[in-house]
Amino acid sequence: MKLFAQLIHDISSTTKTNDKLEALVRYFQSAPDDDKLWMLALFTGRRPKRAVNSTRLREWAAEVADIPLWLFEESYHSVGDLAETIALLLPEPAEENEKSLTSWIVFLKKLGKMEEPERKSEILHAWQEFSTRQRFVFNKLITGGFRIGVSKQLVINALAKTYDLEAPVVAHRISGNWTPESTTFKTLIQGEDVDTDASKPYPFYLAYALEDEPQTLGDPADWQAEWKWDGIRGQLIKRQDEIFVWSRGEELMTEKFPEYQILQNHLPNGVALDGEILPWKDGAPLPFNLLQTRIGRKNLTKKILQTAPLVFVAYDLLELDYQDFRQKTMAERREMLAGLISEANHPVLKLSPEVKFIDWEELAAHRERAREVGSEGLMMKKLDSDYKVGRKRGDWWKWKVDPLTLDVVLVAAQKGHGRRANLYTDYTFSVWDGDQLVTLTKAYSGLTDKEFYEVDKIIKANILEKFGPVRTVKPELVFEIAFEGIAESKRHKSGVALRFPRMVRWRRDKKVEEADTLENVQALLLKY
Amino acid sequence: MLLKFTKKGIYCPAGNFYIDPWRPVGRAVITHAHSDHARYGCKHYLAHHDSEAVMRLRLGSDISLQTMAYGETRTINGVKVSLHPAGHIIGSAQVRVEKDGEIWVVSGDYKIQPDGVTVPFDPVKCHTFITESTFGLPVYYWQPQSLVFQDINNWWKQNREAGKVSVLCGYSLGKAQRIVKNVDLSIGPAFSHGAIFNVNETLREAGFDLPHLPKVTSEYSKKDFQGALIIAPPSVGGTTWLKRFGPHSMAICSGWMQVRGNARRRNVDRGFILSDHADWEELLTAVKATEAEKVYVTHGFTSIFSRYLNEIGIPAGEVKTEYGVEEEDAPANEKKTPADSTD
Repeated sequence: MKLFAQLIHDISSTTKTNDKLEALVRYFQSAPDDDKLWMLALFTGRRPKRAVNSTRLREWAAEVADIPLWLFEESYHSVGDLAETIALLLPEPAEENEKSLTSWIVFLKKLGKMEEPERKSEILHAWQEFSTRQRFVFNKLITGGFRIGVSKQLVINALAKTYDLEAPVVAHRISGNWTPESTTFKTLIQGEDVDTDASKPYPFYLAYALEDEPQTLGDPADWQAEWKWDGIRGQLIKRQDEIFVWSRGEELMTEKFPEYQILQNHLPNGVALDGEILPWKDGAPLPFNLLQTRIGRKNLTKKILQTAPLVFVAYDLLELDYQDFRQKTMAERREMLAGLISEANHPVLKLSPEVKFIDWEELAAHRERAREVGSEGLMMKKLDSDYKVGRKRGDWWKWKVDPLTLDVVLVAAQKGHGRRANLYTDYTFSVWDGDQLVTLTKAYSGLTDKEFYEVDKIIKANILEKFGPVRTVKPELVFEIAFEGIAESKRHKSGVALRFPRMVRWRRDKKVEEADTLENVQALLLKY
Repeated sequence: MLLKFTKKGIYCPAGNFYIDPWRPVGRAVITHAHSDHARYGCKHYLAHHDSEAVMRLRLGSDISLQTMAYGETRTINGVKVSLHPAGHIIGSAQVRVEKDGEIWVVSGDYKIQPDGVTVPFDPVKCHTFITESTFGLPVYYWQPQSLVFQDINNWWKQNREAGKVSVLCGYSLGKAQRIVKNVDLSIGPAFSHGAIFNVNETLREAGFDLPHLPKVTSEYSKKDFQGALIIAPPSVGGTTWLKRFGPHSMAICSGWMQVRGNARRRNVDRGFILSDHADWEELLTAVKATEAEKVYVTHGFTSIFSRYLNEIGIPAGEVKTEYGVEEEDAPANEKKTPADSTD
């Protein structure tokens, strides 16, 4: 645990990618294999279930720290991280413990099965044995929230460097359906028999946003274009008579999409498709929030299946007949894909249609009508390109339509977390409904650090009321927010839900009275 | 009330003077020379002897300033005024005022842990105590400074071995003196940024025993800075001023470094938890030592600290002032000039 705590400390105390990489390599070189496997599990989102209810944890920490619960909560709001707050509030440790990361994970798993009094005494005892640094990591483990400033790609690169492997090989090996219980570090990273896992997906190839004019891409004849769909990027795999569906976050989500099971009878074995999971009705995609609601549900009721029926819109073929197709050109893959889909001949599986164009001007005109067909823009892919790993420049570009925008009034704020701890960075915005302001959306991003500091100061000087961590603020500031889509919603007072809302500009030039109205919002809703 | 909270600052009606006013007034008693406590434009100032050099440097050599020693008493319009060590920065004082047997003390900014530079904090018994609360949250507690300087020395040594220059940031009045006085200067060469050089030389001329560190100028080349420690105000972060050193590691000394989010936001390689303000326990110790019947809490985590005091049986109230920065927002004060900041 000491090594692991050191790793977390090293990673979080630098902003330089190279230092993080070095810290990871050092860890891979020095930690025992069991620990490395768990570390990898934690860093790739395979964390153990939360063992303790966080309310209890707060109460126990306040008790040990000998402070009232409200003071604990205030500390938490200021620190912005529960695990860290607890680590800071507990008294100095009595001794320092030398147990490994794995043994603590075993401990965590036992915790879940204990009766509460026993669980409490075990946790209190553990707290006593840790330095502040280890305590923080331990708390992160028991609260189940483990977000570290390290991308999966960085972990992959560190493994590749430590074990002298190609990064894409590592990426493929650590993807898929493994758990620390089902494998060992050796078989996962260095093992030869990695293909025994029938469900294993390929790492996704991700596109960058096109920032320049498309003319900079050269000859239009070298490119194909498709609509960019606003669903969930996914991989649909059929191997050994079984269907598997992976999300881009490499989560196995097969059971969330029962509609796809039928494809078992329509696809050959040894197939991996890259495409979009989309709610679809009457020949057109449905708004994203229907899909979002559906994903959140534990049980898929008949009603949900009816209101948000899914299709898989395929745009790439990564494997055919158990052969890795990623080295073939886009043109070849596309041709094989089209053949496969027409053979499958089932409405649940669609081929993402090509958007034909002669020159870039024509393509630009297509982009203008993207919203009308229910897409959020265009994807451009080079015809002679292979299928790469991760986000790479050059062969794939997304060219989204310009976002919709509204001018809205800041009415409430909450402090952020992590590097925004103690700063009001999470805002609630309203528009006018007559002479009333009604809440429209929240947004957290889009301002520079400097602007956040400035807004934070204004908010602190203009707080009206406190509701838990939320502060209502005198409506004085106007922001232009941008968003990708708009849909009806019963959850929000304004009756709409925005897709990807973010701040694009602080409209210092606008007075509160000049902000948009609910009528403007409804007009957008009708239009799109 | 012996002292009143007015729009211009803390006011003593009987004595017709202010303590650390934030608007120009006739007569101002000053706790210490940080510019949110010692502001421009007052007709007459009264402060500790040791504040004189810096106050004249910052407010002008021609200000009307009288000074006194710790424990010395002066009577202003029948109100007894005396200054007592606050341990915050050189010359910092608590202001004690007394009339007809009623005693109030204004803490200004303070810390209890001795720092090897200032005269250590001395609790003063009073009926009413006005305290700061910059770090009035129990997550803030300070290690003994000897441990922090051990870490700083090791960091410098490691950087030297790795062929890097060490840039250590702290505010020019307070932290900078504490650093030069406590860091192990035998490790290698050390320099100071112009802002810090000015303050340190002013204090040296006034007779304070501080080591002389040459000022970073274009006369020196990369070679001169090899393995050196550079003491600079935090405002140098991200500026081209740093380019002259070549590969370097940057660290900040501040109490805010206790919390990871604050440290990450500063974008530095290292944060040393070193503050010239009292931590949570020190605030409580100080308040209890005054035996005050009533406490007023100013700048910092005012509402939290005063609520807690009330709960443990010490009647307390919040006061809005223009010291430091109001509740909680101090970590975001990068935009202030180093001279303005108090931590």
